[in-house]
Amino acid sequence: MSTTSLTQVGAAQAPAPLLELKGVSVNFDGFWALNDLNLCLAPGELRAVIGPNGAGKTTFLDVITGKVRPTRGEVLFKGRSLIGQSEHRIARRGIGRKFQTPRVYQNLTPRRNLEVAVTRNHSPLDLLFGRLSSGLRDRVQHLLAVVGLENQANQLAGGLSHGQKQWLEIAMLVAQDPQLLLVDEPVAGLTDEETERTSDLLRQLAGDHTVLVIEHDMEFIRDLQAPVTVLHEGHVLCEGTMDQVQSDPRVIEVYLGHDHEESAQADGNGKEVI
Amino acid sequence: MKRSLQGWILVAALIAVALLLPAVLPPFRLNLLGRFLSLGIAALGVDLIWGYTGMLSLGQGIFFALGGYAVGMYLQLNSLTPGQLPEFFSLYGVKALPAFWQPFTSPLFTLLAIWVIPAVIAGLLGYLVFRNRIKGVYFSILTQAALLVFFNFFNGQQKLINGTNGLKTDTAQLFGMMVGHPDMQRALYWVTLVLVLLAWLLCRQLTRGRFGDALIAIRDDEPRLRFTGYNPTAYKTLVFAIAGGLAGISGALYTVQSGIVSPQYMGVAFSIEMVIWVAVGGRGTLIGAVLGAVLINYAKSLISEQLPETWLFIQGGLFLLVVTALPDGLVGWWRLGGVNHLLAMVGRAPRLATYPDLELDPDRLQESQALSTQASEARPQPGDTP
Repeated sequence: MSTTSLTQVGAAQAPAPLLELKGVSVNFDGFWALNDLNLCLAPGELRAVIGPNGAGKTTFLDVITGKVRPTRGEVLFKGRSLIGQSEHRIARRGIGRKFQTPRVYQNLTPRRNLEVAVTRNHSPLDLLFGRLSSGLRDRVQHLLAVVGLENQANQLAGGLSHGQKQWLEIAMLVAQDPQLLLVDEPVAGLTDEETERTSDLLRQLAGDHTVLVIEHDMEFIRDLQAPVTVLHEGHVLCEGTMDQVQSDPRVIEVYLGHDHEESAQADGNGKEVI
Repeated sequence: MKRSLQGWILVAALIAVALLLPAVLPPFRLNLLGRFLSLGIAALGVDLIWGYTGMLSLGQGIFFALGGYAVGMYLQLNSLTPGQLPEFFSLYGVKALPAFWQPFTSPLFTLLAIWVIPAVIAGLLGYLVFRNRIKGVYFSILTQAALLVFFNFFNGQQKLINGTNGLKTDTAQLFGMMVGHPDMQRALYWVTLVLVLLAWLLCRQLTRGRFGDALIAIRDDEPRLRFTGYNPTAYKTLVFAIAGGLAGISGALYTVQSGIVSPQYMGVAFSIEMVIWVAVGGRGTLIGAVLGAVLINYAKSLISEQLPETWLFIQGGLFLLVVTALPDGLVGWWRLGGVNHLLAMVGRAPRLATYPDLELDPDRLQESQALSTQASEARPQPGDTP
């Protein structure tokens, strides 16, 4: 066992993938939410995942983070399987997740939200008797400044606007400092300016971190300048740059059927939708 | 800052009242106050698990009664001459002391058993439930079912613990004095007061720091916390065990001051009442839990003396009032500026900061937000009411 894994590591010329999904399928009572999904993420990569509603994007994140156990297939993170691990153990191994709708702790202040996220030792006793190190406290202060919540730092997060909550949750994800960031619809409901800042932030994070973004906003994805993976009916339809993907007839078919031109005209607010 | 000062003034005032009352109240009333204060300890536990962590337990009576039985058994044994058995055993033809009674001859063991046994049982029960991710209504139903199991067991075991009749403690001996003696009761009042204070300090310490933040995070969004690397099961088990231990201490103090422990302490209604005390006092406030327990029970005994039939209606009405008009309870209402609301009714409304003002001066912004912060603090989640 150990010798084979050693030789694998030694033989690898290209950097070993950080995350690898091999033939992952998920069956919900006869419905295949994921169907033989294969995907590889290299360390430091920024990757966008798109797909029409019901393509399995959220289930795909659920499988990686341990919320859903795949019916078949294997999920490897840094070469080790994640299957059967509980959510908090997967999180501790370095996978962080931002949810589709902003999920912050409404009855804590942004500062305390970030303190919960930045904590490195998660045992009850450590939280009772240990203090947050000054380095981590500085990090919280820094992140509050990055997301522009310094003035609201001591007000309950439940009272923040939608955009502020989105940013707070992104800051919480960064505070957690995972190697792999799974970001589900980070710009839903944000203004154009906020969207731009979010894509800047995510591009900055890539490199040190590996970032996987799920999003519907095509302009935002184009802004990211990242390779795009298109999911459809639970498997990968195609991969490539935004331009390649957008001109792929299969993608157009999946997204719009035959009414491509009509819908593009109907979308009046200037944002591009495939 | 201002608010914590306000809180301390409130606590200091309450302590001052509690210190003065023994000089004023007749022994009977003082004894009642002592009993209700001891219920406040159980209420603190309920606030910890429900108000902060969002777990509505309808089974705290289990742990309350276990504490009561621990002290009851000790007092039964302590009042005997060597070789004697507690009186009730002869009724059922029991000749030898059951083995599990033996350790209760030791006062030290009893002092530990009062809170350790309930805490361990709560911890075990909690661990099994939380590990399987049972929460919300299902958790409430499960705790109530457990309560019924314990009630039926204790109610049916005449040969072990005198079944439905319970164990009397008021004629028992403690330090060479009868437990029911007014001097002893006065001393127990002081003991209760000190323990309520210690329990409050403990809960305060648990809830104000990062541990408390984690509890609130569990209440607000448990799955989110899981994905951040926390294991909520550990937190919930720990806090449920602490609440169980507090209920045990509460039950022991209540037993010695009311003169009996019986399976009635595991009645369904009694455990629900504990929740009502916390709801009326203000959940997520700690001090509200103690206040609610004392005020409601005192009102209950005063009103029941005059109009015995009406109490249940008043209690129900009170609960409706809290649910509809005072969702944050009395203390929550106070913190939300209840006094200001009253002043406003007589035409002395406080001035609010206007928007241009706020934009120009961040300090003013924080000040005005303090009000809205208080408004939403400790507000119950829509999801966690049964």
